Amino acid sequence: MAQQQRDVDNVETFATQARGYGVDVSRHAPEEVEQAIAERIEPPAVGTSLPWEDVSLPPAVTTDPTTGELREAVTGVTPAALAVASYGSLVLRADDHGSEPVSLFNDLHLAVLQEADVVADMAAAFTWFGEELRETRDSAIIATGPSATADMGALVQGAHGPKRVEVLVVT
Amino acid sequence: MSRASKADHLRHVMETEGDAVGANTRGFNAGRYESVAKLETYEALKDRAREIKADAITRLPELIDELTETVEENGGTVYLAEDAADANAYIESVCEGADRVVKAKSMTSEEIDVNEQLESRGIDVVETDLGEWVLQVADAYPGFDGDPSHIVAPAIHFSRPEIAQLFNDHFEPDERLETAEELTAFARERLGELIEDADVGMTGANFITADSGTIATISSEGNIRKTVAVPETHIAVAGVEKILPSVEELQPFVELIGRSGTGQDITSYVSLFTPPVSSPRPHFDEPETPLAGDGSSREFHLVLLDNGRMAMRDDDELRETLYCIRCSACANTCANFQSVGGHAFGGETYSGGIATGWEAGVHGYDSAAEFNDLCTGCSRCVPACPVKIDIPWINTVVRDRLNREGDPAAFEFLVDGLSPDADEGVDHQKRLFGNFETLAKLGSAFAPLSNWVANSQPAATALERLVGVSAEREFPPFQRTTLVEWFAARDVVPPLDPDRKVVLYPDLYTNYMLTARGKAAVRTLEALGVEVLVPPAPGSGRAPLSQGMVATAREKAESVADALGPYLEAGYDVVVIEPSDLAMFREDYRRLLPEASATLFADASYEILEYVYGLLENGADPDALSAADDDGRVAYHSHCQQRTMGLEPYSVAVLEALGYEVEQSNVECCGMAGSFGYKEQYYELSMDVGAELEGQLREIDADRVVASGTSCTDQIGDLLEEEPTHVVELLDPEGRR
Repeated sequence: MAQQQRDVDNVETFATQARGYGVDVSRHAPEEVEQAIAERIEPPAVGTSLPWEDVSLPPAVTTDPTTGELREAVTGVTPAALAVASYGSLVLRADDHGSEPVSLFNDLHLAVLQEADVVADMAAAFTWFGEELRETRDSAIIATGPSATADMGALVQGAHGPKRVEVLVVT
Repeated sequence: MSRASKADHLRHVMETEGDAVGANTRGFNAGRYESVAKLETYEALKDRAREIKADAITRLPELIDELTETVEENGGTVYLAEDAADANAYIESVCEGADRVVKAKSMTSEEIDVNEQLESRGIDVVETDLGEWVLQVADAYPGFDGDPSHIVAPAIHFSRPEIAQLFNDHFEPDERLETAEELTAFARERLGELIEDADVGMTGANFITADSGTIATISSEGNIRKTVAVPETHIAVAGVEKILPSVEELQPFVELIGRSGTGQDITSYVSLFTPPVSSPRPHFDEPETPLAGDGSSREFHLVLLDNGRMAMRDDDELRETLYCIRCSACANTCANFQSVGGHAFGGETYSGGIATGWEAGVHGYDSAAEFNDLCTGCSRCVPACPVKIDIPWINTVVRDRLNREGDPAAFEFLVDGLSPDADEGVDHQKRLFGNFETLAKLGSAFAPLSNWVANSQPAATALERLVGVSAEREFPPFQRTTLVEWFAARDVVPPLDPDRKVVLYPDLYTNYMLTARGKAAVRTLEALGVEVLVPPAPGSGRAPLSQGMVATAREKAESVADALGPYLEAGYDVVVIEPSDLAMFREDYRRLLPEASATLFADASYEILEYVYGLLENGADPDALSAADDDGRVAYHSHCQQRTMGLEPYSVAVLEALGYEVEQSNVECCGMAGSFGYKEQYYELSMDVGAELEGQLREIDADRVVASGTSCTDQIGDLLEEEPTHVVELLDPEGRR
C-alpha cells in the first residue's frame, strides 16, 4: 500500500512538472490505453511495440515502420522506460525497434509510461542508469518537454525534434 | 592592442551587439537565480560536483586507460590526440571518402578548427545547432560577424530581424521569413534534409563515463540526437578532462548545468549515448527498408584531445580550469560580459570569465592577453560556478604571468618608485593603480593642493596620456587628516569592561579619503558598547592583486599580518568597512599567507554592518544610533564582493531595524570595480555597465542612495551627479550625513 501511494504521489509530481513544459499527461487503466492512444494520434502515426502484455497499440499506429513511413508520419508512439517526477522528465531507451528515431523525427510524440516506473528524483534515476548502462551498454535520452530553441530570437517549441509531447500513464 | 584601439574595439562591439548580448545574458542570469533557488540541494550538489571533478582530474591518466578499454570493448575506437593538428589528421582519415559531415555544437571541435580542415579537403561540413548554423551562414556575409559570441548560445549577438535579413538574403525563400517560428521551421527543414544523407555525424561530449563509455550531451533542439541517429559513422571530439569515473556521477552535473547556464532546470534532452549506438539507422535513401535493426553497421571514433590539458593539470594555478563544465554562468553573471559579449570578452575559442584559463592553457598567453583585463575581480561568477572554481584567481594568476612577460617602455620617471621590486615588468597603468597606497599617502600629505592638481586639466591630460587614467574621471579628494590621525588625537575614555574589542581596519580609502564613514563607524561601535582601536595598518594588498601583482599583494598581506596579528591574538575582532578589503582577509589571504595566519584573519574579520547586526542581535541598544525620520526611503547598492560573501542582508536588516524602507539594486556590479573604470580604455565600458545601475536607482527614486564600497560610491557619484553615503553614516550617533 505504501509503495502504491508513493507511486501515485510520484505520478502527480511528474504530471505537474511535465505540464509546466506544455506536456499533456493523462492516466488510464491498461485496457483503456489503446483507445486513448487512438484518440490522441494525428495521422499518419508510427510506433514501436509496447513491452507490456496488457497494453497494446491501436491499428492506426504502424508498428515496425519503414524509413519512408517514419519520414511521412506526424505522430510517433513509444514506451518510456522511466520517468523522473521532480523534473517532469521521461527516460526514452534506444532499442532495436527504433524507439529513438520514432520519438524524435515526428511532430507529435506520444509516450506510454507505467505508473510504477516513475521515480522521485535524479538520484534515483541515476542509480538505475548506473546499473543499466554498465550492464547493457545501451543508450537512453532524458527528455523533458518538446524540443525547443531560442536561437532564432525567441523561444520556439519544435526545433529538430517534436513540437508536442503527450504522456499516457498506465495505472 | 593600444589603449586607444582597445577603446575603439569595445565601443564598436557595444554599439553593434551590446543590446542583443545584454538582453540575452541578463535573461540567462535572471533565469539562473530563479532556477537554482528552486533546488533545495543546490549548495550540496555544487560541493559534490566539485569533489567529483577534483577526483577525476587527479586520476585522469588512469581514467583515460579505463575509458579506452571500455570503448574498445563496446566496439568503438579511441584516439588520444596530442594537439589540434594530430586530432585533425585523425578525423580527416576517418572522414576519407565522405561527402558531408553533420556536426552538433562542440566547443572542443572549434578549438581545433576542424571545420576548416575538412572543408579544405572538399568535405561539406554542416553545423546543425541552429545558432551555430546562423553563424555558418553569416560567416560568408560582410557586415555579419560569424564568430561565436557565447559558449552556449553562440549567436546571441544577432537580433531576430538580423537573422531574418541574413536568411532572406542568402536563401531567397519564396515567402520572406520573419518570425522566430518561421526561421526555425525553415532551418529545421533545410538541416533535416542535409542530415538525411550525411556520411559522418560529429558531436562533442559534455561528460564521458569511464565505466560504461557513455557520452552525456546536453541540448534542447534534438540536433545531437539526429546527428548520432542517422549517419553511419559517429565521431565524438572531447577534451580529456570530460571523463568521469562512473554513470552515477553524472547526476549532480545533469541537475546543475542547465540551471547554471541558461537558467533552465533541465534542457529538453540529456542524451546518454553509449556508442557505437545500437539503435537502428534510418536509411532515407531506401524508404522501403524496415527501420528495425540493431544498428550494428555503425562505426564510432572517440577523439580525446590533450592540446595543453595535461600541462594544465600539472599547473597548480590553472588546474581548476579543467573542472569547468562550460555552462556559461561566469559569462552571464559578468557585468562586463553583459555589455560586450564574447567578441570582446573572449580569445580564439572560449569566452567569459573562465576563458582566460582555457585560452592560456590551449592557445597560449597571447590569446588570453587580449581580454584578461576585462575580468575586474568582482567575483560575482564565483557563487554562480557549479564547480566552485575561483575564476578571478585564475584571471589574476594569468595577469601576473602576463605582467612578467611585459615590457616597461617609456615614462619611467612618472611611476618609478611606485613599484617595489617584487613585480618587475608590470606596465605603467597597472603599476600606478597597483601602488595606490603610495599615491594615497602622497595625496593626503599634500591635500588640498594634491586634489587641485590631480583634478586640474593639465594633470588630467597628462595622466591620461602617460598612464591611461581617464580624463573623464575625477579623483576623490584626499583628506589632510587621516582617520588614524583623527582617532589618535581624540580624547575619548574607552569603556572599562567592554563587551567586545574591535580593531577598525583603516583601509586606504577610509583612511585617506572617505574618512567620514570611518568616523561614523568608530562612533557607532562605541555607542553599542564596543572598545574600538584604529591602529596604523598597511593596505590589504587588494590594489596590487587586482593588477595581477601577486608578489606585491603577498608582501602587503604579510605586513598586514604583522600589524594586526598581535591584536588578533589578544582577542580583538577586525571590523572592515571596505568590502574588497574584507574579501582579501576572508578569501584571498588563503592564497597569500600561511594557513594558520589566513584562518585567523578569516575567522576574526567582519564587515561593519554585519558586526553591528550581530551586536544588535545580542542585545545592544539600537536607540543609541540615529534612526530614520520622514526621509526614510533608501536605495541601497551593495558591493559585488560583499554580495559574493553573502553579507548585504545585514546592511538591509540594520537599516530596516532603524526604520528605513530599503530597496536594492540587483545589478551584478556598478562597473567601476576598483580601478577598472578609471582606465582610459575601459571608461566607456564602465559607464555602459553603470547605465544599468543608474536606470535602477533612478527608478527606485528614493530619498537617498547608500552604497557599501568606495568604487560604487565614485561610480554612482558620476552617474547621478550626487555622491551616495556609506550605510554606516546613517547610523552615526552624532547625526546622519
